[in-house]
Amino acid sequence: MKQTLVVIGNGMVGQHFLAGLAASPAKASYDMITFCEEPRAAYDRVHLSEFFAGKTAEDLSLVEDGFFATHGITIHLGDKVATIDREHKIVTSAKGVTVRYDKLVLATGSYPFVPPVPGHDRPQCLVYRTIEDLEAMQAAAKTGKVGAVVGGGLLGLEAAKALRDLGLETHIVEFAPRLMAVQIDEAGGAMLRRKIEALGVTVHTGRNTSLITDGERCVNKMCFADGEELETDVVLFSAGIRPRDDIARACGLEVGQRGGIVIDNQCKTSDPDIYAIGECALWNSMIFGLVAPGYAMARTVVADLAGETASFTGADMSTKLKLMGVDVASIGDAHAKTPGAMVYTYQNGASEVYKRLVVSADKKQLLGAVLVGEASGYGTLLQYCLNGIELPENPDALILPHRSDESVGLGPDALPASAQICSCYDVNKGAVCSAIEAGCTTINALKTETKAGTGCGGCVPLLKAVLNSELAKHGYEVNTDLCEHFPYTRQDLFNLIRVEEIKTFAELLEKHGKGRGCEVCKPTVGSILASQWNDYILSKEHLGLQDTNDTFLANMQKDGTYSVVPRITGGEISPDMLIALGQVGKKYQLYTKITGGQRVDLFGARVEQLPHIWKELIDAGFESGHAYGKSLRTVKSCVGSSWCRYGVDDSVGLAITLENRYKGLRSPHKIKFAVSGCTRECAEAQSKDIGVIATENGWNLYVCGNGGMKPRHADLFATGLDKETLIRYIDRLLSFYVRTADRLQRTSVWMENMEGGLDYLKAVVIDDKLGLCGQLEEQMQHVIDTYQCEWKTTLADEEKLKRFRHFINSDQADDAVVFVEERGQIRPANDEERKHFNRVEVA
Amino acid sequence: MAWINVCGVDDLQADSGVCALVAGQQVALFYMPKDGAVFAVHNYDPCGKANVLSRGLIGDIAGQPVVASPLYKQHFNLETGVCLEDETVCIPVYPVRIDGGNVQINMGEAL
Repeated sequence: MKQTLVVIGNGMVGQHFLAGLAASPAKASYDMITFCEEPRAAYDRVHLSEFFAGKTAEDLSLVEDGFFATHGITIHLGDKVATIDREHKIVTSAKGVTVRYDKLVLATGSYPFVPPVPGHDRPQCLVYRTIEDLEAMQAAAKTGKVGAVVGGGLLGLEAAKALRDLGLETHIVEFAPRLMAVQIDEAGGAMLRRKIEALGVTVHTGRNTSLITDGERCVNKMCFADGEELETDVVLFSAGIRPRDDIARACGLEVGQRGGIVIDNQCKTSDPDIYAIGECALWNSMIFGLVAPGYAMARTVVADLAGETASFTGADMSTKLKLMGVDVASIGDAHAKTPGAMVYTYQNGASEVYKRLVVSADKKQLLGAVLVGEASGYGTLLQYCLNGIELPENPDALILPHRSDESVGLGPDALPASAQICSCYDVNKGAVCSAIEAGCTTINALKTETKAGTGCGGCVPLLKAVLNSELAKHGYEVNTDLCEHFPYTRQDLFNLIRVEEIKTFAELLEKHGKGRGCEVCKPTVGSILASQWNDYILSKEHLGLQDTNDTFLANMQKDGTYSVVPRITGGEISPDMLIALGQVGKKYQLYTKITGGQRVDLFGARVEQLPHIWKELIDAGFESGHAYGKSLRTVKSCVGSSWCRYGVDDSVGLAITLENRYKGLRSPHKIKFAVSGCTRECAEAQSKDIGVIATENGWNLYVCGNGGMKPRHADLFATGLDKETLIRYIDRLLSFYVRTADRLQRTSVWMENMEGGLDYLKAVVIDDKLGLCGQLEEQMQHVIDTYQCEWKTTLADEEKLKRFRHFINSDQADDAVVFVEERGQIRPANDEERKHFNRVEVA
Repeated sequence: MAWINVCGVDDLQADSGVCALVAGQQVALFYMPKDGAVFAVHNYDPCGKANVLSRGLIGDIAGQPVVASPLYKQHFNLETGVCLEDETVCIPVYPVRIDGGNVQINMGEAL
């Protein structure tokens, strides 16, 4: 037999409770009924001001479509509970609905406090709480020009934003001597005030409103105790909240002296069948006016109803928010009230940033913090504060601006077991460590076991750091071997090959490895041999090392056919060459698409067609584009000074020079370049491994950027370079990358993992700190001097062409390759479409 | 069942693969001359769903000879056909031998 559970109030906390219970096993035991005084179900009051920025009531809704129906919850909209009969366990609504309950949850929230100033009930004196309040503000703003908010706290600033969004001349009137007096200190308040005034809002602090009366130019006039006056059309009270405890009071539940329904750690009121949660509840003599503690109370009640032990034990009142575009954050003891507390302050008047740290007397613990203008350090600081993590030797490093490559992030060892690693699945470090203890020694195993890292994936680097640190602690050596065949890193192998002048994989395996090799070490060694000696990659001793794309000098697609990409240097192509390309595409019925690197990709070539296609392309003047290799792909360019009205230098010319210089260079991963002819940057050079931008003073060089899954802007490496110096730097940098990077490591990750980062790289490449520059340039010159078009070489060798057949013993084609037509071109048939063809099934 | 002559040893690629058409089936042949070993498995990659295994890289993992699919890199044991990443997946394996200069396959005894 199900019990009846009634929830009074469908605000944010009431709704959070319903959603939590609906997802809990306890759901099966209760029929849920809720009363909602407002005409609409729960919406996001925290972001209420966005209503004026164009959001609708629907946008703000917190209730998923069909939520009440799906979970069989009855909601009485626009009706509120008027009385509670605890003796008979019956609630009666204003509209006369009566319900018998077994359990009752009060989530009645709060109401805005309106100071009892004479005239507070005059026309256009409003509050800021509900969507109806907002509609009243909108109506008042239509005729008025000026608005004043009474209250300079968190909510007051939100309300001021709303008035400003409505186009009113906006004032904030605060009784205290500063804004956000509860959360931030005086200097922080002053900085906040400057920033808010810069946005055109007038701030009046230390002002006590004594009377509101008729205005002369506006509807209302506020008179202050100090004799000053302010004419305003709208007066908006946002001076704090008061718990709505009237029905609780009326039925004899215990309430606090200054209001609030008294609850225990299980959120139970003085009646064990009645709970109270959110802003109406008084826990340990405290009302919590933030949504997070209300949610925590809601979760506690859900757990209690499910028979689990759960307690609400207070809440961290730290907050971080963006007020009118200004970042503000407050953590813990922001006012340094703890005895012996010491304070570090960082103030930057130019960029209007204020930061303050409050630390314990021994400088070991973070007690609190205030951040105004820049709050990116909030997460790290909060971890320090909540988890009692010991502070670094110089705690001020946590608030000083980050210069160069110094890092003040928390290492994995510093985090306590309770620190959350994955926020998507709420996995803490303790759970990760237990999984490692239980035998999860790889990231994939950890993901499967804990789900950490399987949501947004943002925590994977931290997860990996925890894994490596734990493995090291357990005496596992963190294995950096390339694979089971070589107990070396890629860089070690590169050095062995260079120093011992090793020319083949067989020789390397014989001297330094074991077994037969695998798909990890073979292409890696193939790439190193190519970078170092630059022999033809399909020669007998190298062929078996190459990935399939390299072995067939084309890119394998999902159905086993290939795509073909001829080089179009700098993206420059003549009409005749375009026609030639089009004719080949047409003759072999290839799918044709323009790539992101300013060239043309021809898809759907069968392996046996590749030599024929390439014969025609080479006859027309094309050469291999190396799209199949971990090597230089393209040098993208804008049209530059030859044509563009704004062009400063010849970007196309430089792009062609660079592409011809580095084409064919085998590297740990693909390399992309771009050259822009002016700082408008149409070639998007700052998203490339190597980016060059023309300026009046010469070429600016950017390095180690990339697009893709984790985009990274390139870093400015050197400015105002002439062409010779530019090329010398790129030669050195790429050679150094080829020598020292890990397998499949893009330049961005390579640099980020390098001790010393960008500055170190500059020291090596520009200042020749390692004395290597001569070698690095020679290494590059060798690759340039030994360049060959691999397709030209292949076509000239009958023996090599034997492999370009599907069957070694038949001229038939692969009958499983089936195309259909889409938008006038071919594409591989999908599984459904394939059912209509009689493919020979595998035995 | 009889042994079928498929091709010459010279037609194989050292430390790599080729595909042969044998009795209507696509057979991937891999040759490791250092060990004197030839392996024959079906050319169809059940994970990538295309006839491509002959174009995968070969080697060994923990002592087992394997081919890595060129599409999604799953490994298949060249002696048993079992997929190392998912043991419920298995590809056909054929007995193969070198007889004189010829590579021979016995199609009747696919595992």
